[in-house]
Amino acid sequence: MEKSKVTLKIKRFNPEVDKTPHWENYAIEVEPTDRILDGLNYIKWYQDGTLSFRRSCAHGICGSDAMRINGRNRLACKVLFKEMGATISVEPIAGLPVLKDLIVDMELFMEHYRAVLPYLINDDPPPPTERYQSPADRARFDDTTKCILCACCTTSCPSFWAKEDYLGPAAIVQAHRFIFDSRDQAADKRLEILSDSDGVWRCRTIFNCTDACPRNIEVTRAIGEVKQEMLFRKM
Amino acid sequence: MIGESIVRQAAARKSYRGNLFELYAWFFMRVSGVILGIIVLAHLMYQHFGTPGVAGIKWDTIVGRWTDPQMGTAWRIFDLILLIFAFTHGSNGVRYVLEDYVPDRAWRTLLKTLLFLVYLILLLAGSYIIFSFKTAI
Ligand code: FES
Repeated sequence: MEKSKVTLKIKRFNPEVDKTPHWENYAIEVEPTDRILDGLNYIKWYQDGTLSFRRSCAHGICGSDAMRINGRNRLACKVLFKEMGATISVEPIAGLPVLKDLIVDMELFMEHYRAVLPYLINDDPPPPTERYQSPADRARFDDTTKCILCACCTTSCPSFWAKEDYLGPAAIVQAHRFIFDSRDQAADKRLEILSDSDGVWRCRTIFNCTDACPRNIEVTRAIGEVKQEMLFRKM
Repeated sequence: MIGESIVRQAAARKSYRGNLFELYAWFFMRVSGVILGIIVLAHLMYQHFGTPGVAGIKWDTIVGRWTDPQMGTAWRIFDLILLIFAFTHGSNGVRYVLEDYVPDRAWRTLLKTLLFLVYLILLLAGSYIIFSFKTAI
């Protein structure tokens, strides 16, 4: 396939030298079907070994290479060069402290994740076989099981940028996954946590999260369903 | 860096708990949004597009409606509903903006108190006029 020249404009930050981040341009040759991640790897391996970014699976499932590509949160391993222009900007996801280059400190994000009790809670003794669930009950929360915790949604959310205490779309998606699971017994507890003013009520239905999700989860809908569930339980 | 994270984790930043006020505020915004969609449109139709139209509207037009022997009370109730829903919906929207964009707690509380006072005074003044209006002319 024909190679073409592109410029990757990368926001660099080295905490040991820099006070503020700065942009640096890298000219590379790529095939249209190469992914942005291939471009970043090429730069790191052949042009500038100091460039730092996270990646692991390179197949859109580990969620480690979320970054802001041409202004939108994407996984670098899921975006092809042919979908982008000749100049492509790459920045770290916004709203979390940058450690170096494209790497952010995910601790706050994980803290919010832990806050919603993201695990099955069921005090009944385990049955001899499995905890049965009908296909229809399983389908109820299927969409939110797809989350890979990449943080694309939470770090695209203006409400999260404005207030870091906001639990954020990803944590609500994870809560949704258990609230609507027929085998789980702690929905009340999770709804109580999420009904905080920094829980679901910080969501203003902006839809950035739905646009950002690389797994095509209908994030805003999931948040809406949680809000609705709170209302129905009170009425 | 990692040590820092662990310390932060140990000192949980905030305990999240239920807030019924926000739930009802959210529900109110949905319901009032639907109601406003209808009554604001009606208001626009009779006030601006119908007869007498935006150019022909005068003091007498409004007074005539409010003092009409048959429909006077109905007009006043309609205007009262419009006032309450539009003003409450709008003010709560402004409160959302303050909640989101004024990070300093003292400032936020001050501005929210001011907003509430303005809301209350204007709402009471508006309702008072609707109820007590008598024409002398
Ligand atoms: S590297 Fe695993 S999701 Fe992209």
